[in-house]
Amino acid sequence: MSERKVIDARGSFCPGPLMELIGWIKLAAVGDELELLSTDKGSASDVPEWVNKVGHEFLGASEKAGVWHILIRKTK
Amino acid sequence: MEQGGISILVVSGALERLQMAAMVASVGAVSGNAVTVFLSMNALPYFLKGSVAAAPPEGPFGELMAGKNVPAFRTLFEQAVELGDAKLHPCSMAMDVLGIAQDTLLPHLGAPLGLTKFLHDARHTQVWSF
Repeated sequence: MSERKVIDARGSFCPGPLMELIGWIKLAAVGDELELLSTDKGSASDVPEWVNKVGHEFLGASEKAGVWHILIRKTK
Repeated sequence: MEQGGISILVVSGALERLQMAAMVASVGAVSGNAVTVFLSMNALPYFLKGSVAAAPPEGPFGELMAGKNVPAFRTLFEQAVELGDAKLHPCSMAMDVLGIAQDTLLPHLGAPLGLTKFLHDARHTQVWSF
């Protein structure tokens, strides 16, 4: 059963949110979804770039009240 | 997902340079690059066990960083090793000059490396210096 984990990296600067996401990806199971919350604007473009590069699935990103919600799925 | 190699030479003890070196090492390593970090001169003492010394800023940006939630450079270097394929090596010359023994350095640092070997290993990689 796949799960969705929310990672709250609000307030952290680059590359803090990305590193936090990667730490949790290691612990997640294949198929799990992870939602990263970040107030660092750069993460909104940097995280999808990293996800595509290493081959996980980027599910989307949206901004609400200054917080980016970046959704990915672990694929391997 | 192996992308290539990144070789990083760090000699500065200034906050901004240590921070940027740690950022290149960590992001490079978690993006599939084999990263080698060569720590020498003013940078090396920050990697002694128990060292909590804050690196002095060299300009206004470094001063600004102190009040922000910026990831600590020591943590980023450690994450480069733990989450990616990064190796941190103390410079053997700097160890001799400073009188530092291997067992006094942080456990995630590898064996001492000489400049000849670093340059040889770096010959087909991106090379960055800080």
